[in-house]
This record gives sequence, C-alpha cells and structure tokens, in this order.
Amino acid sequence: MKAVHEIPVRDAWKTDRAAYDVTKIREDFPILKRKVHGKPLVYLDNAATTQKPMLVVDTLHAYYTAENSNVHRGIHFLSEQATTAYEGARAKAKGFLDASDTREIVFVRGTTEAINLVAQSYGRAFIKQGDEIIISAMEHHSNIVPWQILCEQVGAMLRVIPINHDGELLMNEFERLLNEKTKFVSVAHVSNALGTVNPVKEIVQMSHRLGVPVLLDGAQAAPHMKVDVQELDCDFYAFSGHKVYGPTGIGILYGKARLLEAMPPYQGGGDMISLVTFEKTHYNELPYKFEAGTPHIAGVIGLGAAIDYVNAIGMAGISAHERELLAYATGELSPIAGLRIIGTAREKAGVLSFVLEGVHPHDIGTVVDREGVAIRAGHHCAMPVMQRFGVPATARVSFGLYNTKEEVDGLVKAIHKVIQVFG
Amino acid sequence: MSDISELYQEVILDHNKSPRNFRKLEDANRKADGYNPLCGDQITVYLKMEDGVIKEVAFQGSGCAISKASASMMTASVKGKTEIEAEQMFDEVHKMLTGELNPKAGLEKMGKLAALSGVCNFPARVKCASLSWHTLRAALKGEQGLASTE
Ligand SMILES: Cc1ncc(COP(=O)(O)O)c(C=O)c1O
Repeated sequence: MKAVHEIPVRDAWKTDRAAYDVTKIREDFPILKRKVHGKPLVYLDNAATTQKPMLVVDTLHAYYTAENSNVHRGIHFLSEQATTAYEGARAKAKGFLDASDTREIVFVRGTTEAINLVAQSYGRAFIKQGDEIIISAMEHHSNIVPWQILCEQVGAMLRVIPINHDGELLMNEFERLLNEKTKFVSVAHVSNALGTVNPVKEIVQMSHRLGVPVLLDGAQAAPHMKVDVQELDCDFYAFSGHKVYGPTGIGILYGKARLLEAMPPYQGGGDMISLVTFEKTHYNELPYKFEAGTPHIAGVIGLGAAIDYVNAIGMAGISAHERELLAYATGELSPIAGLRIIGTAREKAGVLSFVLEGVHPHDIGTVVDREGVAIRAGHHCAMPVMQRFGVPATARVSFGLYNTKEEVDGLVKAIHKVIQVFG
Repeated sequence: MSDISELYQEVILDHNKSPRNFRKLEDANRKADGYNPLCGDQITVYLKMEDGVIKEVAFQGSGCAISKASASMMTASVKGKTEIEAEQMFDEVHKMLTGELNPKAGLEKMGKLAALSGVCNFPARVKCASLSWHTLRAALKGEQGLASTE
C-alpha cells in the first residue's frame, strides 16, 4: 500500500484553530441544514462555488429593499447611498488584498473576465508578433484560452511550465523558458484541480528580473489564505467573489496603477469616459476606465459583506481549519484500497483530487451524491492536467470554512458505498 | 426518491465490467466519434453496413459505467437491424432516458435496454447514456466530425 501523504500541522495553526467555532459558523449558512436525497447535505464542492452566509444574503436583501439605485449618476439621495456602499466595497476589497490604492481595484464579473481584460487590454497593446507568454500546465481553461486568443490575434507564442508527478511546477524549467522574448507570465496561485500552492513570489521575482509582468489567478487562493499583493509584488491579481462566500457574477481584478494607467480600455460605454464628443473621447480615471456600463452593484455590495464576514472569522483561523481538514481527509482517504490521490504537492490548499481504480469519477460523484455528499467529478476545466496524469477525470473534494471532520467521515463512508456498488 | 441501485442495475454493472463488442472494427465502412464535454466520456462507434443493414457494430472509448454499459447494450441491440429500425430505436431510447416513455407498454418493448430506464431519475447522467446512441446516429448518417451530446 502506498504511504500516507503527510501534511504537517504546525503549532501556529493549532493556536489559530483553538478559537475557531465551526458549529457556530455553520449557523450562518442555513443551506447547510438542508437534506438532499433524504440525507444531511455534506457540501464539499467549494472550489466550484461556496455557500453564502446570511450576512451576504441579508445585505443583498437590504440593498434591493432599501437602497437600490444606479451609482455615480444620480444626484438624488438613493444614488448617493448606493454609490457610497459600492465604493465602500472597493475599499474592503483593497484591504482584503492589501493593495495600496482603491484605484487599483477593478470590479469585473469574475476571474475569467479579469484575465480576459488583461489579455485583451494589456496584451493587445504591449504584446507583439514573436513575443512569448508563459503559463503553466496546471491552469484552469480561463487562464489558457484568453492567452491563446491573444496569441492568434498578435502572433505571439504560448509557453507552458511543466509539472512533476506530485503536481508541482518545475521551477528550473520555468527559468529556462524565461527569456528576452517573454512579455507576460500568468499562473495560478493555487491549482483548482490539484490543490498545489505555487511559489508565486519566486515566480514574480524571477519574471521581474527580466522586466516581465505577472498575473496571478487567485480564484482558488483568495478563499483559503491571506493574499498580500504588495508583498507578492504581482502586477495583476484576479479572483471570483462567489468562491469567497460572495455572490456570483462579481470578481476583482487588482492591477498596479502604473500598468492600468498605460492600458487602453477593455470595453467602451457609460461610466468609463470623462468627456465624449464625436471627434474624441477622454477616458475616465482609474478604476472607472475599466468599468463600462452599469456594474453589478448588488454583487459588489454583497462581495463587500462577504469580505466583512471572512475578516470577522479571520483568514488565519480559516487557513488553519482548512489545513487540518485537508490533512485529516488525506489521511483518511489514502489507505482506501484502489484510491489514488492526484496532486501530492508539499504545499496544498483546499482541494483533494482522487481517482478510484475501476470506477469512473462520474460514477463516484453520482453514488456519493445519493449519500448527500456533494463533490465535483470531471476535468475541472483543466483538461491538460488530466492528460498529464493520464486520467480522463478526477473526483474532487474541496473545503470551505464551514466543513467539519464529521463531514469528511461522511465522505469516507460514501466512498465505501461506491466500492460496494462497483466491487 | 430513487435508489442508487435503480441506476446501477446488475445488467449495467455487468456490461460495464465486460462490455460487448468492445473493439475496433477493422473492416468498418462507417465510423463516428462522440464526446461528452461535461465528463470527458469519449467513444468511437464502428459500423459495417451492407444493403442498409448493420452487419457488424463495435465501439471503443473511455467513460463512466453508464456510458460504457449503454454503448455495449446499444451494439448488442442494433446488430442485424436496418438503418431505419436503428433510427426508430434511437427515438425510443431517447424517450426512455428522458422519462417520456409509457412506463408499462413502452418499457416492455425496450427489452434489455429497459435496464437503462433508471437513468431518467438522474438528469445529470442522461447524456452519459445517450452518447453512444448519438454517435451511432452520426455514424449511420455518415457524418464527419464529432458527435456531441450538447
Ligand atoms: C483556478 C481557477 N481559475 C479561474 C476560475 C474561473 O473562475 P470564474 O468561473 O468564477 O470566472 C476558476 C473557477 O472555476 C478557478 O478555479
């Protein structure tokens, strides 16, 4: 039998864990009391989207019942109130990422739109024929396809950092790929398919030595760890609100002001201009230059509430709690005969992907679902990762701040049911 | 509420474990590839047609138990049938998988394929079960390119 993959639990995490009251936290998420197929819901698909705490639901309700109005346009009371709440959420997002200036926080639909914005705006302005863009072998399709589109448009080349069998980036290969033709680097902070936490600070430093800007796809990092964009020194950082307990349809693009200023607008319309004549249009200042049209105001305000909620619990405690869950689940799943964990990097967060010998992940997903356990089965929008590991798909368990060890036990029981059905 | 055993009936588990006609058909004169983008199920259906009759049929591919068993059962049931009969079976299977078939009279007609009737209570799995049939249809029509459940 293969050795249990160990994740160390450091003392500091234990301290953070001590004050963490998961029972109380679960009270904030009424959906967790639901039953599915007559069984208590065990929601382990947080990498796809997280559940929303009442604070977020109530905030949306309050906005629509008492404040609804357009922003930046009205001189009336409601519009001013909505604008204040909207800009207040921007300040919260700035704090969440430790950015230095609210001008560097652009509201977008999600990670996907953030990456497309950078590819189309920065990319088309500054990346030319023969230039090279580096991504990694563990990217989500949303950090592959926008760059492929750009490459087609400008005649640039896509280069891919390979990964080893544990699902870790081969940093020496990255070093080899970096050269004077490299004009952009875009990599995941945490992999959604493998859970790998990438050495992004090192990637930024190495890229900056050649003057190459770096975008970090933080979709799977922002929910699980403290992100400090100034410390990372990344040029762009993207994440989705719905994976951090906020509403769908809203996300953040952080960009260094210097770069955002040099970039042309992504879309044209209202709000992104300062003066329009038919001869010439003057674009608005940051960040409004990138926020054309009426934005997802409720979503923005809801995301602000989600950030408040996460802050109130404390990211250090959340990280520690989820670390412990991941270590526990890894320990419980590894000994199951025929089960192989896909992604065994030293540094992991939030995600546990696995396959069962002789059982397709889709069948695993259906059987455990009937036991009330919600997991994801499929290629996780990362088909190149599946190819790298020679599997068509994996079953993926992903944790959120409200999950418990008892739920992991429920998962293990459900997996035994799978083995029983297909035994 | 439907039990998991309604989906994974013995017949299905058996076809999954030992799929029939699971090979490449060397002298096939029609062939189509099918793909289910949701779960990555992939299948190739080979046909040897003679005078509008399916003389031989085989498949290859990888997928979940439902898609594999469905493909296996499909090959077993269309062999020897005419193109038109196979088309009719496609329609009946499609109705069964989406729960539009009369549960008594309709299901009886389906014979062994009735083992797949539980799928209609698992909406997420309907495409897995219909993939091989879509691919069969593409092969019958001699369509080029990829059949898809989308
Ligand atoms: C690593 C990663 N990047 C990008 C995305 C895309 O996020 P969204 O669909 O919210 O735009 C996801 C979400 O699935 C993800 O996990």
